[in-house]
Amino acid sequence: MTSDLRDLYQELILDHGRHPRNSGKLAAATHHADGYNPLCGDKITLYLDVDGGKVRSASFEGQGCAISQASASLMTEGIKGKTVAEVLALFRKLTATVTGRDDDAALESSVELGKLAVFEGVRQYPMRVKCATLAWHTLRNALEGKDVEVAVTE
Amino acid sequence: MSAAAQRVAAAAMHAGTSGPDPAPLDASSIRVEFPILWQSVHGKPLVYLDNAATTQKPACVLDAVDAYYRCDNANVHRAVHTLSERATVAFEQARAQVARFVGARDSSEIVFTRGATEALNLVASSYGDMVLRESDEVVLTEMEHHSNIVPWQMACARTGATLRVVPIDDRGELDIEAFGNLLGPRTRIVAVTHVSNALGTVNPVAELVAMAHAAGAKVVVDGAQALPHASVDVAALDCDFYAFSGHKVYAPMGVGALYAKRELLDAMPPWQGGGDMILSVTFEKTLYNVPPYKFEAGTPDVGGAVGLGAALAWLESLGIERVAAHENDLMAYAQQALLGVAGLRVVGTAARKAGVHSFMLEGIHPHDVGTILDHQGVAIRTGHHCAQPVMQHFGIAATARASFAVYNTREDVDRLVDGLHEVKEVFG
Repeated sequence: MTSDLRDLYQELILDHGRHPRNSGKLAAATHHADGYNPLCGDKITLYLDVDGGKVRSASFEGQGCAISQASASLMTEGIKGKTVAEVLALFRKLTATVTGRDDDAALESSVELGKLAVFEGVRQYPMRVKCATLAWHTLRNALEGKDVEVAVTE
Repeated sequence: MSAAAQRVAAAAMHAGTSGPDPAPLDASSIRVEFPILWQSVHGKPLVYLDNAATTQKPACVLDAVDAYYRCDNANVHRAVHTLSERATVAFEQARAQVARFVGARDSSEIVFTRGATEALNLVASSYGDMVLRESDEVVLTEMEHHSNIVPWQMACARTGATLRVVPIDDRGELDIEAFGNLLGPRTRIVAVTHVSNALGTVNPVAELVAMAHAAGAKVVVDGAQALPHASVDVAALDCDFYAFSGHKVYAPMGVGALYAKRELLDAMPPWQGGGDMILSVTFEKTLYNVPPYKFEAGTPDVGGAVGLGAALAWLESLGIERVAAHENDLMAYAQQALLGVAGLRVVGTAARKAGVHSFMLEGIHPHDVGTILDHQGVAIRTGHHCAQPVMQHFGIAATARASFAVYNTREDVDRLVDGLHEVKEVFG
């Protein structure tokens, strides 16, 4: 496999795409939202258990490509234990990183991407950016109480 | 003069006296006529297998459009000056070429549109609104492209008519018996695709038309995926409407056509209002022009029409039967090659197919297949192909689709299969 393709399909992404973590419904969910990518038919329903301004737990159900499944899987791992403010900062940093958007405030924020940095390679694949951001737009809708609105990554 | 131009000129000279060269097509020499195919993508020679989305354009079509804008461009059907006359002649010659290509009795049965979608919307709006009443029925099929579903849903919403849907079976073939059962005294319109863009299924249109006519319904055929692959004769099909896009048949984007029987065009009300579609206008009363101009409001895409005429002349010069034979050979070769890939399932296994193989690789999403193939220089389509009801039938969200054109070769199929092995290695 060529190296730039390996930038996209890193082992961590392939692993989480094959074996998504936090898959399934969350019985104690306080928030949920649906996401849909009409371009490729990727679907996600995200469940959050938010208590005292902190995400205690997160899970998702959905179907889609390796990038979208890995994104949802790593996102649900990454936001557990974080405050809502930290999660929203992470949303901004992650989406700015993968879209290549000129958002210095987001890119320089102190919030750590951690494992999520694995999605940096997506920036080289404009047609696949929405695969990586669908779960995050759904997350923002869930946190902002837009659970009747389907996130469409626009 | 280019080889292609010489061949087109020769074919025009001998039209009606001698058929095209009976020898099989040499696709690799045809490929040379397509400048866009000379490039590499990700360092590999481009293999373009997304022809059901749009075909590439031969140099003779690009030249015809270029020559039109360099030498003849003016507005049509208006001024008395020389350029306007040349543009009008070029536009009407293109219309005559389209009429001849699809077997229309007269050029006035060809309405230029932006494409198949606009042609279908024209029929649904003008003819649909004219005939549909509450409790009437429009019959369409489960394998339609969204462009042959949504205009009818809109027409039904306006008129109170009801949509009835002919199911497909698990091979992707139409259930003809169910179709017969759906036809009844309330059926006004049958809308059916000639070839499925998602499955490749070739529908028995002549048979469907005869059944629909016996029930008193008119038939609208979406020919966007058929015209590039086989000889189409609207008179033999006896369909009432036939819609197609230029860009899927080697012509520029933005132009297409609707064939309609003249008596229907005479009876139908205009669709859009504007210049060219009128005979006279006062604030009290406007007199409409005759078909096809009644349905061509505003300045048309003359350059696109010229390109479409050139593309169809080019196809005629190759011989559409030879094109079909070459593509049938390629489809059979590709089917065998794809079935040799472990874990690959072909979606759509109708007895008669044209142009398209849709498939799934076990455990790997089509979008990932598409990205990795692109890295091998192989362009395919992945997604729902604007045919979500087909996806729902098969219980999937998307497929990978390889679709073929006259310039594709067996080597292209081999590159696709090599690419699929790479996909499996990445996900191994």
